[in-house]
Amino acid sequence: MLYALKIATRYLTANKAQTALLITGVAVGVFIFIFMSALIGGLAEFILSRTVGDLSHITIEAEDSDPAVLIAPEGHVLAITERGRTRTATVAEAETLLPLIEAVAGVRAVSPQITGAGFLTRGAQVSQVSVTGVEPGRESAILDLDGYMVEGSARLGSGLIVLGSDLADDLGLSPGQTVRLQSSDGVTALLTLTGVFETGNGAMDGTRAFVSLPVARTLFAMPQGVTQIEIKLNDLNAADATALRIRALTGLEAVPWTDGAEQLMEALNAQAQTGYFLKSFALVTIVIGVASALMLSTYRRRPEIGIMRAMGAGRNFIIFVFVAQGALIGLMGGLTGAGLGYLALLPFPSRDAFQPGTLPMDITQGSYGLAVMLTVMGAVLASILPARAASRVDPVTAIGQ
Amino acid sequence: MSALLEVRDLFKTYGSGETATRVLRGLSLRLEAGEMAALLGPSGAGKSTLLTILGTLMKPTSGSYEMLGVDMISADDRALTDFRNAHIGFVFQFHNLLPDFTALENVIFPVAVREGRETPAARARSRDLLVRMGLADRIDFPTASLSGGQKQRVAVARALMNGPELVLADEPTGNLDRASAMQVMDLIGEINRKEGTTFLISTHDEKIAASCRRQIEVGDGMVTG
Ligand SMILES: Nc1ncnc2c1ncn2[C@@H]1O[C@H](COP(=O)(O)OP(=O)(O)OP(=O)(O)O)[C@@H](O)[C@H]1O
Ligand SMILES: [Mg+2]
Repeated sequence: MLYALKIATRYLTANKAQTALLITGVAVGVFIFIFMSALIGGLAEFILSRTVGDLSHITIEAEDSDPAVLIAPEGHVLAITERGRTRTATVAEAETLLPLIEAVAGVRAVSPQITGAGFLTRGAQVSQVSVTGVEPGRESAILDLDGYMVEGSARLGSGLIVLGSDLADDLGLSPGQTVRLQSSDGVTALLTLTGVFETGNGAMDGTRAFVSLPVARTLFAMPQGVTQIEIKLNDLNAADATALRIRALTGLEAVPWTDGAEQLMEALNAQAQTGYFLKSFALVTIVIGVASALMLSTYRRRPEIGIMRAMGAGRNFIIFVFVAQGALIGLMGGLTGAGLGYLALLPFPSRDAFQPGTLPMDITQGSYGLAVMLTVMGAVLASILPARAASRVDPVTAIGQ
Repeated sequence: MSALLEVRDLFKTYGSGETATRVLRGLSLRLEAGEMAALLGPSGAGKSTLLTILGTLMKPTSGSYEMLGVDMISADDRALTDFRNAHIGFVFQFHNLLPDFTALENVIFPVAVREGRETPAARARSRDLLVRMGLADRIDFPTASLSGGQKQRVAVARALMNGPELVLADEPTGNLDRASAMQVMDLIGEINRKEGTTFLISTHDEKIAASCRRQIEVGDGMVTG
């Protein structure tokens, strides 16, 4: 079949302009395929990192204990404690569970937290604040606090607090200065500002404060346990499966970020579908282009096919000559398109540096190999019909022309 | 001499019904090994039709055909393809060569297609054949750049490449001038004498026919002389 390959190559090189045009056409299709892959992938990445990047991927929240019911011996319900009034529910066994959760495959970081509300007071200024107590050393486990610091450091400890930039501005605070924090449980503490962060998210920058877990224990009168455990995964798409595994392992209500994010997921899905549609379109165009070009070539070369058949070339040989042409066109067009696609994506910022307002093209999601493979497969498929037609050329009428 | 091939009672009808053309009507013919025969007859007599049937490129409507002891009528496409490759060479009037290939690449084709590649031995043989055809200085020329007479000589070289027992030539000199035509015929005659290859050559040219040892006349769908 090496010889059939030689013939196929010669047929392609014999008409260089036409072959170049054909390969260019295929390359454009592949280019579109790769561009779409990078755009759809990058867009999804961008949207997810914007919306979910700073969130916990899986959250274990303390369950409210069942309402305690006081029942008289005769069966009358005497009293039910109302639920949710004060949050006393805790994840009590957090300490023992942490190593277990950390060992689950795909878990990148685990952060036990105590959250609550309070007021910050400095002079006459009072601001509402939502307080998160995190373990010192795990400040950046979920939200990349270190990365968002604009002043001071994210290091938490006894008597220290980190605030969002808007909050710090409102209170006119800068690192080193002190502020009074009164928790919803009525506990007051005097804390020193060690750092200011700015995430770009208004709600966060305007209302969030971070303290160390021990400080939060005092503030919210919670000597043991935590109110929630936040978990960050290596792959946020694995949240559903990993949440199930953690649930099975710990018996705790582990909630993946996708719960309640149905709209986002739907939007991303629709976007991916659009991408598939456009990519299929590009492939179909390639297939039709290659098929029609080869069909034409089959027709033009009928006399030659007749001669080859007369000289003892079998039907399979002829089929191979034309399928090989399709494969070569697909391969060369695919590689050219993939190369051009890669080059075209190079100037775009990497996925960690996406800027709002520019196309979030992700060069790593170009699906280059897939594009080339599908193109070769498509081109081979496209060449089957012309190849079969060629193999059925009647040598007598072909030579008699 | 022993029989190379024998056809009996060949009938060939093109089309059917009103437009049916009955070209061959009970044609019988026997060719001995080593013959050099001219096929004559008026235009439309069925010379080309007979040559295509003998070349196994087409089956007759009815009749028997045996070559080298093999029944050509019942053989399938694959068997006939291999048989042609090994035992029959062709020279046509037009559309003879692969235009995108050199003279050598054209001549080597029958062996290369069988072996799956161009072997050094095959290269040497096709070179030899081209030299014998007086084309030593055209071996690596693309065939598109050759003259009509040169093209036909390349075609003859290719027909001989596999050392076939039979070469069928349909008006091989039809569009050549007299000098080129006689040059091609001389080469054919030389191969026939030296190697005993059987030639059957259709022609309208009395001089060409006269240069063959046997003349076969076709008329009314039969051999008339
Ligand atoms: N494929 C075909 N379909 C229908 N009729 C055909 C076909 N091929 C040949 N014929 C007819 O068969 C008859 C014989 O044709 P053929 O080509 O064998 O004659 P020929 O002797 O070679 O003529 P020439 O000397 O002009 O080459 C002609 O009348 C021709 O029209
Ligand atoms: Mg004819």
